[in-house]
Amino acid sequence: MVRKVKADPKGVLEGPHFMDGDHALAEGALAAGCRFFAGYPITPSTETAERFAERCPEVGGLFIQMEDEIASVTALIGGAWGGQKVMTVTSGPGMSLMLENIGLACMTETPMVIANVQRGGPSTGLPTLTAQQDMMQARWGSHGDYRVIALAPDSPQECFDLAIEAFNLAETYRVPVLIMTDETVGHMHEKVVIPPASEIEVVERNWYTGPKDQYKPFKFGAENYMPGPMVKIGDGYRFHITGLVHDERGYPQASVEAGKINITHLIEKIDSNRDKIVRFEADQLDGAEVVVVSYGITSRIAIKAVMDARKEGIKTGNFRMITCWPFPEKQIREIASKVKAIVVPEINYGQMVLEVERMAAGKCKVISVNSTGGAVHDPNEILAAIKEGRS
Amino acid sequence: MNVNANANFAQDNPMSQFLRMERMPHIWCPGCGIGTVVTAFAEAVKKSGLDLDKIAIVSGIGCTGRTAGYVKLDSFHSTHGRAIPLATGLKLANPEMKVVVFSGDGDLTSIGGNHFIHAARRNMDITVVCVNNFTYGMTGGQMTPTTPHTANASTTPYGNYEYPFSLPFLADACGATYIARWTSLHARQISGSIKEALNHKGFSFVEVIAPCTTLYQRRNRLGDGLDALEYYQNDAEIAHGLDTRQVDIDYQGKIKVGKFVEKQKPTYLDNVNQHYAQVIGDEYELYGKTTPEKEAEAKAKAESAAKGAV
Amino acid sequence: MYFGKLKEAKGVVHINESWCKGCGFCVNYCPTKVLVLSKDYNAKGYHPPQVQDAELCRDCKFCELICPEFAIYVSPAPSDGDEDKETHGA
Repeated sequence: MVRKVKADPKGVLEGPHFMDGDHALAEGALAAGCRFFAGYPITPSTETAERFAERCPEVGGLFIQMEDEIASVTALIGGAWGGQKVMTVTSGPGMSLMLENIGLACMTETPMVIANVQRGGPSTGLPTLTAQQDMMQARWGSHGDYRVIALAPDSPQECFDLAIEAFNLAETYRVPVLIMTDETVGHMHEKVVIPPASEIEVVERNWYTGPKDQYKPFKFGAENYMPGPMVKIGDGYRFHITGLVHDERGYPQASVEAGKINITHLIEKIDSNRDKIVRFEADQLDGAEVVVVSYGITSRIAIKAVMDARKEGIKTGNFRMITCWPFPEKQIREIASKVKAIVVPEINYGQMVLEVERMAAGKCKVISVNSTGGAVHDPNEILAAIKEGRS
Repeated sequence: MNVNANANFAQDNPMSQFLRMERMPHIWCPGCGIGTVVTAFAEAVKKSGLDLDKIAIVSGIGCTGRTAGYVKLDSFHSTHGRAIPLATGLKLANPEMKVVVFSGDGDLTSIGGNHFIHAARRNMDITVVCVNNFTYGMTGGQMTPTTPHTANASTTPYGNYEYPFSLPFLADACGATYIARWTSLHARQISGSIKEALNHKGFSFVEVIAPCTTLYQRRNRLGDGLDALEYYQNDAEIAHGLDTRQVDIDYQGKIKVGKFVEKQKPTYLDNVNQHYAQVIGDEYELYGKTTPEKEAEAKAKAESAAKGAV
Repeated sequence: MYFGKLKEAKGVVHINESWCKGCGFCVNYCPTKVLVLSKDYNAKGYHPPQVQDAELCRDCKFCELICPEFAIYVSPAPSDGDEDKETHGA
């Protein structure tokens, strides 16, 4: 059951602002009703934590700087079951540390939002320079089979908008939602318009209201595996949650059968609702010879290449993924069946392109315009790939 | 004849309000000390008069980590070492709750050591109970940070050449404001200390030395659970208030027990509120007020408004 | 004298043999030696405790507290009608 309400005006800093993506993430979270932030400093994401720390006493929220990223994300699980909407922010090395407990959040179906302001890796890599190298980690990083939702904003305004969206998805599907932004968007100052609270819709937590002794934290709906309602500590439900495979009561069950039910639910609640979750922008796909598929900051470079290609008479479509996970499988499959080539520029050595290739399944050329990170593309590199694709 | 073969044993057991009886019998080995500590915890909660609905319990991974799954409270079985950050999140999101961490020595002070020292440093208002059996039980008897020097473990098969932590000293050095240690034989004293810890405002730490019969006892040829309790009976010395620098445990040596530290210091949340109230002033709205506090405030506000109207 | 009316508390021991793992803590640490380990085995192959002299139980509940299995508890023995109920179990 998804219940939408208007945002609490207390957290909405209404009006036009000139702010960077990191700050916009914090403002989006506050507008969405997040009042609990646990984080650890890491370039280039720290500004979000700083903004939250500054705004917390004004909005009745709590900011805590934890001892590391492991503690930060684990504190979110506590915060969420304590009844709050919760968020943290990090970058590559911190993300690596968080992964185990992102798995715990998936297993315990705990809603939370984690922003990864990506920087170059591996290891300490290029702390102050941009990258999109954690896209596969976002999807596969924690061990075991699970699903998360990942969004990729391309501007500070979209950082604000998608932060709200991320909370709404997290509450709807009881799942960690990752905002996979990058150093460029994080540190880019642009106009961000924060609408009045009355125009912001936020999804309220689906609270359980039935008899106390009958609450089952992991009982899911018959339709599309939708997760059931939540409760919070202190309300007398005396519930149990665990990272072990569990039954609908949350009790550990070390059996093949229990694992099948448990894991199928975690996967299907995302996969079978893919059409409701996936967001994208598509432009001039009809009749296109080549389509550029991109996300995040790279989309803003790609658009220049797309326009240049069109000027040269190449019918070029543009497809911007807003949701990267779950992957827009249907849409890419359809594009692949109609075009000569799909061009995939990313600031990594080729990650999301693997998904595009999987969907294309040989029906069209798939050209990866990859990079080792640190800077956005030169639009001419993408243009060259578009030309190569048409030939 | 004063003995009952009770068909309703689980329901009539005084622990039934406290344990998930449908999950009994538990997985712990014969002679393991964890069950005793759980009973002592239950007794402490009963004696404290606290509302069971307002206590949450968090465990990490390992034998002691299974406690959360057996206790009929809001209960969280988290990942290895991460019970304290999860408890921190619970406490800060819902400060009305008493939050208790139940952890083993390896879970709490090896993989979770960083969280332990920082929660103590912040004087986070949680209670941490550590069942210290000197070994990793669940994974098969490896060395932990508390395994005494020279003791045998499966990863120190020729004896432990590392120096162990003395947990009360560690907690003290990091700023914990209540510290006690007992052995699992001191069931009533454990219960008394946990009751005090629950009522203590701030980071409270109760260490319980307990037998791991299957691994630590057996590997070191120390006999079974009864032999361990006999060792505790002979070699535990009550020393309330003893300087925590003097409470380290040598292999099969004396075990100093008692309440070592009890002091008052503002908690993490006290500091958040006091500090903001000071630097921001009256417009700062205190974070995490309890329901009665909020109600009292609303009433006072209404009264003062009524007076103003007169 | 008030003390003259005091009587010793008495308890009834309840044992769940099927949960017992035979550690012997209750037997060894019962201050009045109410219990012995049974010669019989339970389903798991352990020797559970049995009451050897029920009259000795003083309802101190130490067995209940020390038992790691939650497999034993003590309830106060029903008082005899002619005795002073106020002081029972004091």
